[in-house]
Amino acid sequence: MKSLEELKAIRDRVKSSVDIREDNSNKIRVVVGMATCGIAAGARPVLAAFTEEVAKRGLHNVTVTQTGCIGICQYEPVVEIFDADGNKTTYVKMTAEKVAKVVTDHLVNGNVVTEYTIGSINMK
Amino acid sequence: MYRSHVLVCGGTGCSSSNSQQIIDSLEAELKEQGLENEVKVVKTGCFGLCALGPIMIVYPEGCFYSEVKPDDVPEIVSEHLLKGRIVKRLLYKETVAEDSDKVKSLNETQFYAKQHRVALRNCGVINPENIDEYIAQDGYQALGKVLTEMTPQQVIDVISASGLRGRGGAGFPTGKKWSFAAANQADQKYVCCNADEGDPGAFMDRSVLEGDPHVVLEAMAIAGYAIGASQGYIYVRAEYPIAVHRLQIAIKQAREYGLLGKDIFGTGFNFDIDLRLGAGAFVCGEETALMTSIEGHRGEPRPRPPFPAVKGLFQKPTILNNVETYANVPRIILNGAEWFASMGTEKSKGTKVFALGGKIKNTGLVEVPMGTTLREIIEEIGGGSPNGKKFKAAQTGGPSGGCIPAEHMDVPIDYDNLIAIGSMMGSGGLIVMDEDTCMVDIAKFFLEFTVDESCGKCTPCRVGTKRLYEMLDKITRGEGTLEDLDKMEQLCYYIKANSLCGLGQTAPNPVLSTLRYFRDEYVAHVVDKKCPAGVCKHLMQVTILTDKCKGCTLCARTCPVGAIEGSVKVPHVVNQAKCIKCGACIEKCKFGAIVKK
Repeated sequence: MKSLEELKAIRDRVKSSVDIREDNSNKIRVVVGMATCGIAAGARPVLAAFTEEVAKRGLHNVTVTQTGCIGICQYEPVVEIFDADGNKTTYVKMTAEKVAKVVTDHLVNGNVVTEYTIGSINMK
Repeated sequence: MYRSHVLVCGGTGCSSSNSQQIIDSLEAELKEQGLENEVKVVKTGCFGLCALGPIMIVYPEGCFYSEVKPDDVPEIVSEHLLKGRIVKRLLYKETVAEDSDKVKSLNETQFYAKQHRVALRNCGVINPENIDEYIAQDGYQALGKVLTEMTPQQVIDVISASGLRGRGGAGFPTGKKWSFAAANQADQKYVCCNADEGDPGAFMDRSVLEGDPHVVLEAMAIAGYAIGASQGYIYVRAEYPIAVHRLQIAIKQAREYGLLGKDIFGTGFNFDIDLRLGAGAFVCGEETALMTSIEGHRGEPRPRPPFPAVKGLFQKPTILNNVETYANVPRIILNGAEWFASMGTEKSKGTKVFALGGKIKNTGLVEVPMGTTLREIIEEIGGGSPNGKKFKAAQTGGPSGGCIPAEHMDVPIDYDNLIAIGSMMGSGGLIVMDEDTCMVDIAKFFLEFTVDESCGKCTPCRVGTKRLYEMLDKITRGEGTLEDLDKMEQLCYYIKANSLCGLGQTAPNPVLSTLRYFRDEYVAHVVDKKCPAGVCKHLMQVTILTDKCKGCTLCARTCPVGAIEGSVKVPHVVNQAKCIKCGACIEKCKFGAIVKK
């Protein structure tokens, strides 16, 4: 180690991989439905895509996690995004391809991708 | 990138209850379910709540699973890690709110709420075998700051201003110790770390070494810069294999990164550290004996002065600090002396780690600000006695300390208060005793330890502790006299005043403090020939209650020495001459007809 900068570089690189262990209560939470119905409908690639995309962009204020069935199995894979105040946006019929847009628009810029949300589909 | 981290405790407590097996099956199961790239398994140091081990924490949820068995692993993986359904039955009960399904954060539980972790801040948070994780927690930043921005004198000034005192027990101001060594000119100086933690029931230093070994290396390098030393030694007990192993890994990694070795951070400062393993002699925790042992000689103390700051290891100026003392140093450098001095009491700053043991629910490791009362530690954090029995005393400071009775439970704990009530801080072992503990027996237990561990170099300790032990033994046999009590007290003061080193000077403390607070128990042994707690075998008799005995002969068949006599359907009798008071018959009797009193 020849300089303090080198040390700081290591710190910053590793920091993003361990900050998951800190208090996560005031972060944006991306919750992917991973019950049997979700997995059958393809939730695993969606979850993996979110994890990857969030890491790629270094979004330290976002945690990606999974949950059980929320009861709308026909719309799986379902992804809920909670902001720091607890407001919820529900995305339905997600795919790995749609994830990139949700991350850029919603997580980075704060604009909900309305066309993927549950409100955009005809519930009947 | 992992979306979830599973932290499994790899401290000695949890390792002994199979945490390695849990890690192995966790890794196998994750692979089988195809989750190995999404979920990371991290083996950490001690979380502190050893009573409930093996312990596992799952992030980002922060779920605290306790008493996990290898058989539980498939359920945790398929339910929680795959489907996100928390396995409620394994959650630490305190983290589950009674009225709702919400999982509380660990810091809201009684065990952790009052704790303030400075020395233990990384224990149970990072993987101790990975230097990167330590660096991510601002590791080695303090060393960088010291080398690039501060003069050695400034470092000493910060440590002095923080009010940090030695955590090994005596409480000598660390800054003062460093400034003495810095003031002495020599071609070579040494920085030593005392990791020869030998008090029965103490495991603070072990947990720091196992959970956060780099903090000790960093602090020693800082100390080396402050006093002008280029070589450090860690004297660690060979009985701590996990700590030794992780220290070896840590030293290797630090050398590879150039954080130990030549020209650290390009500043021209050289510092390296080597390990020396202790062979298990308690006296080697004493500073001069420790250094003699590092030199390769028999571990025996020598008279002071000259103090180690003048002539220490290899006759060179040396500082020796305890593991926990070092663990505080990098934080003080980074956060400033005022931050550290804002915690604690007027003369004892910062926090102290205690190893809770004995008759207490939450056996484990706790770190609290100085000035916390014994009641808070034992009743609130420790959860009190496990079977609802009445608290009798707490023993601090191990064989050098004393017993604190219930009447002093509200005294704020710091170095000076503990000495005022006849005990001492010691390294931080805290053994809780309830009404089933005999105080004479406890004093005898500690004396037996010091008799064994006395190195024999000076007579007051070698012969004095032995005589003291014999008198205690006589009392527990019911053969003591009231005169013995006075003689014992006199001998105690004699040993304290005349012994060569700290071992002998403090050895009588368990006797003196129990005599001071529990003289009535001694008197009961001497005058009434009774042991009020029912511990001392020689003062008890096993008897069969004739009205309850059905004459089933089971006890007679159980007795290993054939001391129970009688025939079928006739109440049996214990032959007191033969009885060894083992209690086997009491356990076997179905009618509760046999009593020991």
